[in-house]
Amino acid sequence: MAMDAAMIERLIKESLPDAQISIEDLRGDGDHYAAHVISGAFRGKTRVQQHQMVYQALRGRMGNELHALALQTGAPEE
Amino acid sequence: MDMTVRDRIQHEITDTPVVLFMKGSPVFPQCGFSAAVVQILSQLGVKFKGIDVLSDPQIRQGIKEFSNWPTIPQLYVKGEFVGGCDIVREMYETGELQQVLEEKGVPVRA
Repeated sequence: MAMDAAMIERLIKESLPDAQISIEDLRGDGDHYAAHVISGAFRGKTRVQQHQMVYQALRGRMGNELHALALQTGAPEE
Repeated sequence: MDMTVRDRIQHEITDTPVVLFMKGSPVFPQCGFSAAVVQILSQLGVKFKGIDVLSDPQIRQGIKEFSNWPTIPQLYVKGEFVGGCDIVREMYETGELQQVLEEKGVPVRA
């Protein structure tokens, strides 16, 4: 089952409104994405915690409808 | 989650310094993401135990809840969740993985 990039972006924005998001459809199959997410909410969090926040935003879709989402996260530069 | 599953996971990550929950075995990984982490650990000469979640549906579901992490592979070092494929790869590239392993007393090939 596939999921489109706009949907991924919308879900992340709902949880992390300040997020700057860029999403790449790696194979053009709507199933393998790479996302780069920058948000102030990530400040002071470990990488694991940052990724968990993104997965939380995707509300259970990661690992199900969304097969592969390579994630890179970080806080904006001061 | 079933307490026995939770206990089994807890035992695995306590008894062995480096544990990788993965799809397939270290010799025959069944998924590219699992294979990538196996390759990094082998590259570093790190001894680890691979646990094949495909042959154990209870662990497969259980580890996701245990770590609050939706995907496989998952790397544990000294009982602590380090991350999935993206994080392990990123940490390897920056040298942070080697540092974490050494800090936790796991020998790494220089």
